[in-house]
Amino acid sequence: MKSLAELQAIRDKMQGKVIMREGSGDIRVVVGMATCGIAAGARPVLNTFVEEVAKAGLADKVTVTQTGCIGICQFEPVVEVYQAGKEKVTYVKMTADKAKEVVEKHLKGGNVIEDYAIKNI
Amino acid sequence: MKELSLNILDIAKNSVKAGAADIWITLTETADMLTISIRDNGCGMTEDFLRAVTDPFTTTRTTRKVGLGIPLFKLASEQTGGAFSITSRSAEEYPDDHGTETKASFYKNHLDFTPLGDVVSTVVTLIQADPDIHWVYRHEMPGHTVALDTDELKAVLGDVPLNIPEVIAWMSDYLKEQYAESA
Repeated sequence: MKSLAELQAIRDKMQGKVIMREGSGDIRVVVGMATCGIAAGARPVLNTFVEEVAKAGLADKVTVTQTGCIGICQFEPVVEVYQAGKEKVTYVKMTADKAKEVVEKHLKGGNVIEDYAIKNI
Repeated sequence: MKELSLNILDIAKNSVKAGAADIWITLTETADMLTISIRDNGCGMTEDFLRAVTDPFTTTRTTRKVGLGIPLFKLASEQTGGAFSITSRSAEEYPDDHGTETKASFYKNHLDFTPLGDVVSTVVTLIQADPDIHWVYRHEMPGHTVALDTDELKAVLGDVPLNIPEVIAWMSDYLKEQYAESA
């Protein structure tokens, strides 16, 4: 059974680290979570990004956030990747499997997966 | 929406947008009924807007003129023979006691009942996006209750944010274990 003592242990482990994390985060992954995104399957996409970024050890570098409607509902679930000094990448019709691949190839490997992206609008 | 938990996620986002400090998500289940309430102390709605809000052509979104969140939730409830209501007090009219409650009931045995689905995922997703809001989740079933109150977690975590991956994973497991106990 999960207990609050376990949470205490997480706190003790994290306290030093968290301060560092706030200053960094040079990649931002934004998942569209309005009615259109949610209905199209954005929730598992978001959850996969959160899990896989942590698993890949990228949590210091990558921040995963949510936003409202991006305006291209027919392409939902939509995910935008922002990185300082680079053009925004917009991934469309995302799934949990594609999200895994984006973490591996793009966020970790640095290569945009053009097949899943649309030209910036 | 394929799951009622997705409707909950969608409706709770309205509470976030209303600037609520506290959001209560309460599910009450009996043998044949499920009632879902999403209540907040956000800015509320004026009576005129409240009257129009179940109309799909009423929306606060700026990207297009259609808003389907509330109409879809209402439909999901009414198609099972359930009841739907929204009550709201706007901050302008009631500066000391404002907010909105969206409530829907469902007949679980009706052919058109949408399953609740992965409600744990919904709760965790909401907290991940807005860890500074006080979230109170409660699911009362006959003989068993699943609950999570972010204030209790914050009391333990101190300065460590709720939305770091380790805490997100803990919350998800914590809720899943509570549900497993009820099974």
